Amino acid sequence: MNFIRNSVVPVATVLLAIVMLWYAFAIILNAPFERDQAARAGTTISTGQLIANTMKQERPVLPAPHQVAEEIRKTVFDVSPTSKRSLVYHGWVTLSSTLLGFALGTLLGIVLAIAIVHSRTLDKSLMPWIITSQTVPILAIAPMIIVVLNAVNITGLLPKAMISTYLSFFPVAVGMVKGLRSPEIMHLDLMRTYNASKAQIFWKLRWPASMPYLFTSMKIAVAISLVGAIVGELPTGAVAGIGARLLAGSYYGQTVQIWAALIAAALMASVLVSLIGLMANLVNRRMGVRA
Amino acid sequence: MNRSPLAILAFLLAAVSLVLPTGADGSGILLVSAPAILFAAAAVALFVAPSMAALIALLVLVHIGAFCLIGALSSFAPTGPSSGYWCLVVAAWLLAWLAVQRLASLRFRSPDIQRLANLALPVLFGAWLLILWEITVRGFSVPTILLPPPSMIAARIASSVPTLWADFQQTFLKAAIAGYAIGCGSGFLAAIVVDRVPFLRKGLLPIGNLVAALPVVGIAPIMVMWFGSYWESKAAVVVIMTFFPMLVNTVAGLAASGAMERDLMRTYGASYFQTLLKLRLPAAMPFIFNALKINSTLALIGAIVAEFFGSPIVGMGFRISMEVGRMNVDMVWAEIFVAALAGSLSYGLITLIERAVTFWHPSYRT
Repeated sequence: MNFIRNSVVPVATVLLAIVMLWYAFAIILNAPFERDQAARAGTTISTGQLIANTMKQERPVLPAPHQVAEEIRKTVFDVSPTSKRSLVYHGWVTLSSTLLGFALGTLLGIVLAIAIVHSRTLDKSLMPWIITSQTVPILAIAPMIIVVLNAVNITGLLPKAMISTYLSFFPVAVGMVKGLRSPEIMHLDLMRTYNASKAQIFWKLRWPASMPYLFTSMKIAVAISLVGAIVGELPTGAVAGIGARLLAGSYYGQTVQIWAALIAAALMASVLVSLIGLMANLVNRRMGVRA
Repeated sequence: MNRSPLAILAFLLAAVSLVLPTGADGSGILLVSAPAILFAAAAVALFVAPSMAALIALLVLVHIGAFCLIGALSSFAPTGPSSGYWCLVVAAWLLAWLAVQRLASLRFRSPDIQRLANLALPVLFGAWLLILWEITVRGFSVPTILLPPPSMIAARIASSVPTLWADFQQTFLKAAIAGYAIGCGSGFLAAIVVDRVPFLRKGLLPIGNLVAALPVVGIAPIMVMWFGSYWESKAAVVVIMTFFPMLVNTVAGLAASGAMERDLMRTYGASYFQTLLKLRLPAAMPFIFNALKINSTLALIGAIVAEFFGSPIVGMGFRISMEVGRMNVDMVWAEIFVAALAGSLSYGLITLIERAVTFWHPSYRT
C-alpha cells in the first residue's frame, strides 16, 4: 500500500501531466500550419476542427503521442523484422553494437583498474589522464573514427562498437579503482596475517568488495554505450540503426519517425539499465547482501 | 645495489642496435649520437646510486635521446627505419618508464616539491605518449588519414588559428555556454520548487533519474527543426541535456543537511528562506558542483553533436563532419584538440570555484 501511495501515484500523476502537456503543445505548435491552410483555402476553421486536424498531420511540428505510438506499432508489428522499414531491425543494429562495445569497454575498464590498483607508477601517471579523458567531448571523434576505419576497410559492427567502448571504459575504470580499493585496511591486514598472496587478496577480498561499484558504473556505462552507438551511426550516411533513423527523419522532415526512434532508444536504454540492476540484485543476493 | 631489469634490458638493446642496420640513407649526426646518449642514460640508471641528481640526469638524457630519434626520422630512405632504430626506440621508452617509476616511488619532505613531482608524472606520461605516437606513425609510415602524427596536427593548429577561433566562438562561446547557463539555472530553480512540494519530489525524481540515463542527444534533429540551424537550436539541445542532471543532483543535495542542523535552525525561529539560504543551499553545494562538472562535458558534446544535423558554415561540429568528408583528418584532430582543451579548462575552472565555495568539505581540508 505504501509503495503505491509513495511512488506509483506520484509517478503516474507526473507522467499523466507530461502526456497532457505534450498534447497541449502539439495543438499549439501545429495550429499555425492548419490556420495557414484554412486561410489559403479561403475558409475559416472552427476550433474543434482545428484541434482535430492538429492531431493527424502528415509532418507535424510536434506529433501527438498517439501518432508516435501508432508509428511504433506499425514499424514494429506490421512489417517483418528483417525489413529495412522495421524499427526492430534498426533497433537490433544499434543494440548489437551497443552490447559489443559495452562488453569490450567493461573488460578494458576492469583490466585498467586492476593494473592501476597494483602499480603505483600507473596510478600516478595514467590515472590523471583517465580523468582528463572524461572532460574531452569524446563523442566529437565518433564520426571520424567511423569514416577513418571505413577508409581502411574496417566496416560494419566494429567501428561503432569501438566508440561505445571508448565511452564506456571510463566509468567502469574509475568505479572499479574505487571499488578495488574499498576493502578496509583491517581486512587487508588480516589477509596479510594469513600470508595470502596478491592473487588471493585480489580474488577473495578486493574483487568481491568491488561488486557494488562495478554494477553502479556498469549502469552508467551501458547508457553511455547506447549514446555512442547512436551517434556512431550518424556519419555513415544513414544506412541502418536508430541514429540512421534520426538522421533520415531529419533530412526528410519525418518528425513522427524521429520521435518513434527517440522513444525506441529511450525504451532500450531503460530496459538495459534495469537489466543491469536485476543482475546486481542477483549477485548481491548470492553474496549474502540483504536488500 | 638494486639493478632494475628494465635498465639492463635497455642497456642490452642499445648495445644490440650498434650492430643492427638502422636503415638510414647516410649517417646523420643525430643518428650517431642517439645510441651514445641512450648508453649514457642506461649507464646512469645501472651504475649510479639512485639519487635526485641521478634521476634528473636520467630524465634529461632520455629526452635528449628521444629528441635525436625524432630528428633522425627524416633521414630514412622511403622504406623507413629498420631493426636497429626500433631497438633504440624501445630502449629509450624503457628508460623513460624506469625514470617515471623512480620518480613515483620518491617521497619528498617539502609538500611543494611533492606536488610538483605529482604533476610531473602525468605530464611525462603524456609526453611519452606523444613521442611514441610521432615515432610509430612516421616510422611505420602509417597513412595520415588513419592517424596523423602530432607534429602535423600541431602545424595545422598553428596555421588555422582564425578558423579554429571562429568555430570555437560559434560552438562554445555561443551555443554551449548559453545552453549551459540556461539549463543549469532552470534545473536549479526547478529543484527548489520540487523540493518544496513532496508530491512532485516523489513523482518527478524517478523520471528525472530515468531521463538522465537516456540518449538525450537524439533530441538534436528535432531542435534543429524547431529553432533553425543557428546556434539557438544547439543551445536548446544543451539546455535539455543539462537540465536533468542538475535537477536530480540539487534535489539530492537539498536533502543532504542533517536533521540536527535543521532542528537547530527551527529553534532559532528561522524562516524557510533563511534555512534555505544559510543551511541547505551551502550543504547542497558539493552536489551542485558535481552536476556542474558533469554538465560541462555534456554541454560541449551536445553543442558539437547537434551541429551534425545542420548548421551554418561555421562551428566545431560542422567543421569535423565536413573535414572528415574531405579526408582532412589533421583538421579534425585540431578541432578535437581545441574541444579537449576547452573541456579540460572549463572542468578545471569549475573545480577551482568549487574549492573556494566548499572549502569546508572534508575532501578539501588538510
